[in-house]
Amino acid sequence: MEDSIPKMRVENLDVSYFDKQALFSINLDITKNNITALIGPSGCGKSTFLRCLNRMNDVIDGCVVKGKVELDGSTIYDQRIDPVTLRAKVGIVFQKPNPFPKSIYDNVAYGPRIHGLANTNSELDDIVEKSLIRAGLWDEVKDRISDSGTSLSGGQQQRLCIARAIAVNPQVLLMDEPCSALDPIATARIEELMDELRNRYTIVIVTHSMQQAARVAQYTAFFHMGYLVEKGATEKMFTTPDDKRTQDYITGRFG
Amino acid sequence: MTLIIFLILFAAVFGYYIAQSKAATISLTQGKKLNSLPIYHGLYVLTLTVLPLLLIILFWMLCKGYFLDKILFSILENEFVNLNFDQINLLAAKLKNMYVSQLVSQETDPNLIRVYQEYLLYEENISIYFNILVFFLSILIIFFLLKKIKLDFPARKKIERLLTIVFFLASIVAVLTTVGIISSLFFETVRFFDKINPLDFLFGLEWSPQTAIRSDQVAAQGAFGIIPLLVGTLLTTLIAMFVAVPFGLMSAIYLSEYAHPRTRAIIKPALEILAGIPTVVYGFFAAITVAPFIRDLGDLLGLEVASESALAAGLVMGIMIIPFVSSMSDDVITAVPRSLREGSWGLGATRSETILQVVLPAALAGIVGSVLLAVSRAIGETMIVVMAAGLAANLTFNPLEAVSTVTVQIVTLLVGDQEFDSAKTLAAFALGMTLFFFTLILNVIALAFVKRYREVYE
Repeated sequence: MEDSIPKMRVENLDVSYFDKQALFSINLDITKNNITALIGPSGCGKSTFLRCLNRMNDVIDGCVVKGKVELDGSTIYDQRIDPVTLRAKVGIVFQKPNPFPKSIYDNVAYGPRIHGLANTNSELDDIVEKSLIRAGLWDEVKDRISDSGTSLSGGQQQRLCIARAIAVNPQVLLMDEPCSALDPIATARIEELMDELRNRYTIVIVTHSMQQAARVAQYTAFFHMGYLVEKGATEKMFTTPDDKRTQDYITGRFG
Repeated sequence: MTLIIFLILFAAVFGYYIAQSKAATISLTQGKKLNSLPIYHGLYVLTLTVLPLLLIILFWMLCKGYFLDKILFSILENEFVNLNFDQINLLAAKLKNMYVSQLVSQETDPNLIRVYQEYLLYEENISIYFNILVFFLSILIIFFLLKKIKLDFPARKKIERLLTIVFFLASIVAVLTTVGIISSLFFETVRFFDKINPLDFLFGLEWSPQTAIRSDQVAAQGAFGIIPLLVGTLLTTLIAMFVAVPFGLMSAIYLSEYAHPRTRAIIKPALEILAGIPTVVYGFFAAITVAPFIRDLGDLLGLEVASESALAAGLVMGIMIIPFVSSMSDDVITAVPRSLREGSWGLGATRSETILQVVLPAALAGIVGSVLLAVSRAIGETMIVVMAAGLAANLTFNPLEAVSTVTVQIVTLLVGDQEFDSAKTLAAFALGMTLFFFTLILNVIALAFVKRYREVYE
């Protein structure tokens, strides 16, 4: 995998909430057009890490981030960088589907409208349609595009959120346990989708399910108690992990 | 009446202790566990004694007058056989007046005095008999209940059912009061409409309720057109909402979305203090400070401003309502799930974009509800308009003139010595009914909005 160029690079990242340190000197490269899975027991800091990648932690009181996070070689924790524009490049999908209480169309059109991505209505229609197609939702909703986004099923809502995220044309897509609120069929659908999406986007996913990491991710990083214990190709991690803790977690001895 | 209530309570408490110890003794002598703890047996006796008897006493107090009237009537009928129904009615009223004012000495007709004595005797005896009856009834109930105490008597379960009844009765009190108020309003309004044509009332363009109190008095025929009052109410309410909605909403947004917890900890209590100021204080603030200020300002700009104006009253009323709007909107906005905000931020939206395009639309129904509740409060507000809007019922949309509102007129109609069945006094009830009708409709709409909002997020 030497040909992969890191899309994002994290160096010596420390994060703390007030006095409590949540992450300790994390180093991780995220390679382009791959899926990187972050696994580990609850409270290990993997969601905190994910939220550092598009500065979603900025809005949390008392959160202090130290260290370096780079996107395409330029640091994102910089006075000159506007987190708002950064988040347009590094999109995020949350654990619980959170469609806005607007129509399906307006949900997807929300980002493009804010960033002025479309000059005409037909351009906007195009973006919405394309995003919904890529999120694998178009066929299910094309006849009721003006229904409320909240009227969809859980799995459809999550795909709507993915469509909404990719409508602003991000380079990186962060997913924070995107399937934990969904049933197995909807989960399978989203996993399929992730595999299709990785051609266009770099994906980082936090997951509690080791099977899911094994199924979808090319790279995996194992977090434990705020430390990045082990990282590498998924296959190797799941077959011959270097660290005892990784082995214990993967085999289900704790977590 | 107080004595008998005390006696019943005493008997019931006595019954409580006996029942408790009896239950405990049964359990001890038979060496088995009771179905319910002794205290439940005690409570069972206590509540089942007190509750029905209090209800009986309440019922008696309500219809005692009716029974006494019947008795008085039959005495009079026997005594004065030659009188017709109306004359007996008159006598009965006279006697009751005597009873109330205790002016027996002035009466000269010996027959009537005799009847009065007889009536007094009845009145006294009937109360004594009732008290004795009720007391024995309580003893009887206690004995009957004590007999029922057995090892497997499910007193605990019964108490549960009794408590349901107690809670139900408590909730009925508010409902009954409302029904009572509405019906009293309703009947007086009907009486008013006997004197004044409802169409004149609802569509009349002039309000001047000065009618002759005595038939020999010279006075203008009163005009009871409600339109000027409704327009005045509408005008002051509108002005108030123009102040309260933007300021209330924006401060709610600031408090819920932007304010640092420390800032919030200062501003929120300050707003609540604003809500705690008595309306009469707002009233003289409006009349003494704001109204002259507006008049002077008007003079400066070359405008004709009345010293009491709709503008002054409306402005101060708006300030009074700000905390109302802001605290309710704050609750509604805070209740919008954080995940929606994060979803919007995650797409690269700024805070204000998120608020305007995601949070406010999501909270809209609740905000509309809170604004409508504020409107119904503004409509019903009295003190400020009494002091600052004036009494002249001008039909005008000019906020710089004095206007009068529905509430102000109710106050002025009922203040001072009034004959109770004149159109002037009854008009207050008709106004009250109108006001009630409007605020009721507003509240129903507002609650429907709030409910719809809750359905989306819960």
